[in-house]
Amino acid sequence: MSNKEKHWEKTKNHMIITLAIWFFFSTVIFMFGAEINSASFLGYPLAYYMTAQGSLLAFVLLIFWFANRQEKIDEECGFGGEDD
Amino acid sequence: MFKGGFIQNLPRIYGLYTGGFLVFIILMAILEQGGVSKEAIGIMFVAFTVCIYAVIGWLSRTVQVDAYYVAGRQVPTVFNGMATAADWMSGASFVALAGGVYFGGYGYMAFLVGWTGGYVLVSTLLAPYLRKFGCYTVPDFIGTRYGGNGVRFCAVLVLVLASFTYVTAQINATGTIAARALQIPFELGVWVGLVSILLCSMLGGMRAVTWTQVAQYIVLIIAYLIPVFWISNRIGGGVFPHLMLGDEVARIGALEQQFGLVKNSAADIKAAGVPGGLKSIAVSHTGVPEGGMAVWKYISLAMCMMIGTASLPHILMRYFTTPSVKQARKSVAWSLFFIFLLYSSAPMLATLSKISLMDPNLPTGIIGKPISAVMAIDWVQAWSAQKQVFIADFNGDGILQLNEWFMRTGVVVLATPEVAGLPYVISGLVAAGGMAAAMSTADGLVLAIANALSHDVYFKMVDPKADVRKRLIVARVLLVVIGAAGAYIASMRITSILGAVAWAFDFAMSGLFFPLVLGVWWKRATREGAIAGMLSGLAAGTMYLVYVYPKFMGNTWLSDMTGIDHLRFGMIGAPVCLVVMVIVSLMTKAPDAATQRMVEETRVPSGRAILGKQH
Repeated sequence: MSNKEKHWEKTKNHMIITLAIWFFFSTVIFMFGAEINSASFLGYPLAYYMTAQGSLLAFVLLIFWFANRQEKIDEECGFGGEDD
Repeated sequence: MFKGGFIQNLPRIYGLYTGGFLVFIILMAILEQGGVSKEAIGIMFVAFTVCIYAVIGWLSRTVQVDAYYVAGRQVPTVFNGMATAADWMSGASFVALAGGVYFGGYGYMAFLVGWTGGYVLVSTLLAPYLRKFGCYTVPDFIGTRYGGNGVRFCAVLVLVLASFTYVTAQINATGTIAARALQIPFELGVWVGLVSILLCSMLGGMRAVTWTQVAQYIVLIIAYLIPVFWISNRIGGGVFPHLMLGDEVARIGALEQQFGLVKNSAADIKAAGVPGGLKSIAVSHTGVPEGGMAVWKYISLAMCMMIGTASLPHILMRYFTTPSVKQARKSVAWSLFFIFLLYSSAPMLATLSKISLMDPNLPTGIIGKPISAVMAIDWVQAWSAQKQVFIADFNGDGILQLNEWFMRTGVVVLATPEVAGLPYVISGLVAAGGMAAAMSTADGLVLAIANALSHDVYFKMVDPKADVRKRLIVARVLLVVIGAAGAYIASMRITSILGAVAWAFDFAMSGLFFPLVLGVWWKRATREGAIAGMLSGLAAGTMYLVYVYPKFMGNTWLSDMTGIDHLRFGMIGAPVCLVVMVIVSLMTKAPDAATQRMVEETRVPSGRAILGKQH
């Protein structure tokens, strides 16, 4: 397998994992909004907290993690250069 | 004064700017204490900030194509993040979001998830690859990847449709704020707003828009966060409201029980003469509606907003301006961080505003008090005079009940500082913030439309031999024409029939999402597939919208049955686009070897851009 193919394979897997986490925080937990709302977090009802702040924060952290890990993949495969 | 170039000094320049702005706020506060009128303070806030943006626009003027279209591709990640956040957060986000949460509760907050979650799609699926491609506009990518003017033109069509729906609403918002702050008629306010927008963009294109948007972000975030923190501390809600309002939220729940959540009948509202657009609280603050349909409505709205985000050209084109692919990815993360600062504060502001009005133990509480006493309060009188708030004593007991208090959604942001007893200088600051939010989004949208028309239609299709000077003149003329068209439509006040901001997301997702994503992720996607997908997706979505929207054909039985109403028509358009695009691609001849190599090259993060530095 060439370097390019290996890189693309890893990039694809990384994308799928990232989108799976995204799907969990954007959709799956809100399928159970009514059920989880009786639990509480920081004193807020849980479903309310997730839609007001929790999922938003999860997305921010997720994208930073995504970018850092993708950079590592790039470097491993020798595409870490900064040129245009 | 500064060593080194402009880019190296950015943190210092914007640091000074932020400090200067804070000094300006303090100066205004001193003037207020000294007896200067509220009107004068409002005018100074808006006029001063708009002048600053105009100066930045003037200093960023350029005669170079890559500076005009992509800010010379040298915008550092964090600053591009701020510019994107300002580009993203519209006047509507700034003024109406907290009000939407205040009245709509959990169901409305699907917008918060949708308008942030979309950035995960932007960063994983699109931004780094479009940056590697090195295009000037979104249709530039579609046109080069699939080859040919036909497909390029279809992309321009979707872009114009989606962005223009959005831009009229923004110019409308600039007009409203300018009219109120400068005390001029709305029709004039719209044109003042337009001139301010053009001052920021015309001379320097993307470069000027970038640096004014950073300045606008700083103003709008300061204007949003100061009231939230101040009110929270004032009413004892906690030093850091985002983490500490649990008790207030619980208290609102208890007060809702005590006062009762009553939904007024349309007949009652009409009989009492409540002005149109004003609402009373009828939805629980934190409660989650039960049932499969409620879940579907929440999820489908969030999904439309997320996919729409990842297809809106004025956002995608911000990532063409970073120096490298790596920085484009990081820049998406910073964008979302800056957006998060405001969006996570909106529910907190809604909570603070509600508790201030509802809690009888607070001096600001009005619910449960005698109506005559409430009517005597200064801010109630001022906002009633403008038909922004209204009291209807349905049961005739002379006591203000929860369902008898009506407000317009924008009031939650615009009036809360006054309601909570903050000095007027904060209200002036909020007006400047709203103006910054509306202007920055309008700038980005007008530029996206004008660039697509000047680069993709004029240069690529009409006159490919045009020299740089001629191209930039055409680009600027188009900018003025598009802006004037938007302002003209806004001044006719027909925006209410143009529908919601959400439509822009649905149009973009119906026509652009899959052609963009498959262009990178599926080598087999062909030109014919892309054209068929864009046109059929757009047609299916638009037809569904026309069929169900109450002001058009109004067949609401269909939207009631499927749960897909006019805010969510992208749920019809995008799947149609995907299916048609895949089928037609598989039926037509695979793209040639050169195109396939180009796609492979797009996926490699380092190395030269596919399109040259100037094209």
